[in-house]
Amino acid sequence: MATSAGEPKSLPLILARELGSNLATPMFLIDAAGTLVFYNEAAELLIGRPFAEVGEMPALDFGDELALSDSDGSPLRRRDTPAGIAFFERRPAHKLVVATGYDGVRRHVEATAYPLFGATDDMHGVLTVFWEAREPADGS
Amino acid sequence: MKARVWGCRGSLAAPGPETLRYGGNTSCVEVGLDGGSTLVLDAGTGMRPLGVAIDRPEVDELHVLLTHLHMDHLQGLGFFRPLFRPGVDVHIWGPPSPVQSLADRIAIYLSPPLFPVGLADIPARVTFHDAPEREVAIGRATFRAAKVTHQGPTVGYRIEENGRTLVYLPDHEPLPGGRVSDEPAEWISGHDIAHDADVLFHDAQYRDHEYPQHIGWGHSCIEHVMGLANRSGVRTVVLFHHDPYHVDDELETLLAEARKRWDGPDDGVRLAHEGMTIELDGEGVRFEA
Repeated sequence: MATSAGEPKSLPLILARELGSNLATPMFLIDAAGTLVFYNEAAELLIGRPFAEVGEMPALDFGDELALSDSDGSPLRRRDTPAGIAFFERRPAHKLVVATGYDGVRRHVEATAYPLFGATDDMHGVLTVFWEAREPADGS
Repeated sequence: MKARVWGCRGSLAAPGPETLRYGGNTSCVEVGLDGGSTLVLDAGTGMRPLGVAIDRPEVDELHVLLTHLHMDHLQGLGFFRPLFRPGVDVHIWGPPSPVQSLADRIAIYLSPPLFPVGLADIPARVTFHDAPEREVAIGRATFRAAKVTHQGPTVGYRIEENGRTLVYLPDHEPLPGGRVSDEPAEWISGHDIAHDADVLFHDAQYRDHEYPQHIGWGHSCIEHVMGLANRSGVRTVVLFHHDPYHVDDELETLLAEARKRWDGPDDGVRLAHEGMTIELDGEGVRFEA
């Protein structure tokens, strides 16, 4: 089920991308091989760069580029991010994280991720929706 | 291999004087493999006359490849004569569901009150299989399925034999609400199995101006089918699953619109009609009727 740039995508990924393309809620998609394969226009506002410029890349690299950290500032391991939990533990997850976009802006972001299982329980990837959170009053 | 169309109408059988040229029976295509085996693509009402034609003692094994279980793709099953002949092995392949087996889902139709004969009372030996996403060999031919965008679990089939490829995607909305021609090929539903096909049977239910009122219904407009065919390097397109409201004259208008969107020669796009026969072999692709 793994895909890479130029290879046909599975139907759940195609449908998820189509959904995301029509949403004003930021979302990104990771395929079953752990590759970031898409984020929508709404996500571009928070990530700071169009997906067409970024292109497909390992989700690990994507997380590094966004310098993901916990709300207290401690770095987040990939497997502890909502997308990482959904990918490795195959369950939905939600967390407040801090990300620095390509535009250099540091944002508090609420993220919810869930795994995409096909009709026969085969794993197709992870869909993550996220949105900018209000910074906590103490600024942490 | 040799394909023959026994039904190409979509959604509902539409017999009558205004549909005589292309036919009113719903989806059913016979594929005779060079190795002697027979595949039956879908079990619409066209399956009834097919069953009459192949009701011969030497036909003792059949593979029925169901794309999905909507009635226009299933209704002929109860009238398929080989099913009522003891000793015939009928393998029925269809899309998997996370909830019910293929047999249980088909039994909803083949049981009272919808049908007088229950599945368990059919004399033939019937075996059910989930449509395979990996190639299955039948003699020197192979086939495989891929899930595609429609209403509910639905697959298309790719059949290959002796270097020729036939692809069957009768019910398919590749990109709901979108323009296929604008998308990267790998993100188009159906590209995975349609690419480089010698012959593509494809849903052509709506003319482009009809599509906005039918987004999400699971069927293609002309931009969809021709966009997919162009992006996927298909050599011949057979427009299939004709809308029951499209009479013969309107289908020919639809054909002209499709050819305008086609990157190849005009005879690379055709309207499916009952009795259409296509031979695919080492010499190429030939339409015989």
